[in-house]
Amino acid sequence: MNRIDALFTRLKAEGRRALMPFLTAGDPDLATTAVLINELVGRGADMIEVGVPYSDPIADGPVIAASYHRALQQGIKIAHVFQTLRTLRAEGSEAVRATPLVSMVSYSIIHRVGVERYLNDAATAGLDGLIVPDLPVEESEALQKKATQRGLKLIQLITPTTPRDRAVEIARLTTGFIYYVSVAGITGVRKELPPELKDNVAWLRTQTDLPICIGFGIGSPDQIRQLAPVADGLIVGSALVRRLGDAVNRSRAEIVKEIGDFVGELADALKPEPGA
Amino acid sequence: MSNPASTGTPNASPSDVIPFNATRQGPDDLGRFGAFGGRFVPETLMDALNQLTAAYEESKTDPAFQSELHYYWKDYVGRPSPLYRADRLSSFAGGADVYLKREDLNHTGAHKINNAIGQVMLARRMGKTRVIAETGAGQHGVATATACALFGLTCTVYMGEEDIRRQKLNVFNMRTMGATVVPVASGSRTLRDATNEAMRDWMGSSRETHYTIGSVVGPHPFPMIVRDFQSVIGREAREQILEKIDRLPDAVVACVGGGSNAAGIFYPFIEDVEVELIGAEAGGRGIKTGEHAASLTQGRPGVLHGSFSYVLQDDDGQTQDVHSISAGLDYPGVGPEHSYWKDQGRVRYESVTDAEALAAYEETARREGVLPALESSHALAQAFKEARRLGPGKVLIACLSGRGDKDAYEVARLRGEPMG
Repeated sequence: MNRIDALFTRLKAEGRRALMPFLTAGDPDLATTAVLINELVGRGADMIEVGVPYSDPIADGPVIAASYHRALQQGIKIAHVFQTLRTLRAEGSEAVRATPLVSMVSYSIIHRVGVERYLNDAATAGLDGLIVPDLPVEESEALQKKATQRGLKLIQLITPTTPRDRAVEIARLTTGFIYYVSVAGITGVRKELPPELKDNVAWLRTQTDLPICIGFGIGSPDQIRQLAPVADGLIVGSALVRRLGDAVNRSRAEIVKEIGDFVGELADALKPEPGA
Repeated sequence: MSNPASTGTPNASPSDVIPFNATRQGPDDLGRFGAFGGRFVPETLMDALNQLTAAYEESKTDPAFQSELHYYWKDYVGRPSPLYRADRLSSFAGGADVYLKREDLNHTGAHKINNAIGQVMLARRMGKTRVIAETGAGQHGVATATACALFGLTCTVYMGEEDIRRQKLNVFNMRTMGATVVPVASGSRTLRDATNEAMRDWMGSSRETHYTIGSVVGPHPFPMIVRDFQSVIGREAREQILEKIDRLPDAVVACVGGGSNAAGIFYPFIEDVEVELIGAEAGGRGIKTGEHAASLTQGRPGVLHGSFSYVLQDDDGQTQDVHSISAGLDYPGVGPEHSYWKDQGRVRYESVTDAEALAAYEETARREGVLPALESSHALAQAFKEARRLGPGKVLIACLSGRGDKDAYEVARLRGEPMG
């Protein structure tokens, strides 16, 4: 069974939500990315989203765009990212090997590398799925089919600007889980999430059996607690990646510990309250 | 897909490619010109794009919208722009008669206003109160700021810091007309980065904001809308040349960055197969140096800014840094319809270096008393070559897409005589 399906089946039985941190591959370097993935799994991450650096990420805010830029300046290539993940899958702890990994990758990269080659390399590297933020459903049919043939999930996004009939269609074409984008806008931590968010997700749940995970804008244990009742998983990106930017001034060990502590806090926020 | 040089669409087989003679009706429902175009954007923008497509289709058959657009083109922009026979340049080139389509004489000094008025009218029609735009040379920014002042909409223009340095006059004028100019410090700090920032703004603002793209680039329906609004250039030029010489020209030449003035002048000639169409891209410091912006002649099909088209990328799909003396051509992508025309063999694309463009700028100034924009100077340099090749008795139209006032400071700096 695909690790993503296995995860949500298990969490459903346990009545738990998935914590899904996002990391940029290669920021500050790929060795640190590997250390961080190990650390985050140890701190309660249930799935890791691996961002593949791209030069022109239009869905991303300044934090992730700058992180991608730093990684590209290191000369990170897609082949290096796959190599790092292959090594993790081969040599990581049992927990790391069982944790689903999903790549967040621009279609620009997939097209240039070649759809089949990208998917083959992704499957060999031990990835379980992919999120292609600049490929709407109208353009994704061929990729969907080829991903499924290789046991990879193609996770589609539904946003606050998606009309309801369109949301139903996207849900029908999604595999793995639905990525519900909390805000109309780019990635980045928001102090306030839209008041209608919970209702929108609750409605979507009446339309699909797939797990629904919420991302964009989430950056605190409080927000995690607020959204946990309606979501199957919660994605946290910019709040972590922001800390990678400090690598110039501080030691890697310090940054890994800080991000680990932060993810630990987020994981705690997902645990049932004592006595509840 | 394994062949990187393949022009096959990401998802369609070759049999899906629409036949060449359909190009005047293109794009198809997915926004494709043959294999090119489409929509490679975040889901967040899809509803805004669908809404824009619907509003645009309605406007095309709304006589009130069309008559208002033509009213502003005539009485505000000053259309039709003249088609001028440049005798002294023709004798310099030493061959065909060179006619200049004088888009530089439009209000705001370039062809960009044709599209800006149309799109800002669409914004108003859709009930949007705010308009955003990207700009390279600043001509599209100025045109959008102008149209927003005219129609009373709020305007924000994204512009790379490098371009702000190169084009101070346009920045000053945009601000004078009430626009907010946002400097973009990321990446190469040029048009490509300004486009990224404008798209990011639109991701969070599309409910009340229209994104007025300035060229025939971006996701469907932008390449179609911009081409249609700019086609007024070619329709006029075709009528004017028929009136003057009672036949079609032998060639039409235009510069291509994103490709809006070229699409505008080429489109009405597309079915006139006897008319050669030639696009001049930015060859920068020379193709061999790698410092150029010649996406069509040096790039490969790929995805950038929401569209599948020729693009300058590395083997990983990362956009390459590009260079041109002209801020308006300093862009690693190109409109998808140009990619289609290239692969169909309908338009020939050539590259013109910085030095050749500067020489054409000087010749046009001295021989005709016309200061062309550095972008348009690329078209002129190519036009001189083509006129020479065609020889006497032949007729060529070059699109003089904009005037050169904005470039005076940069040219002076390059000459080593900065004006301060």
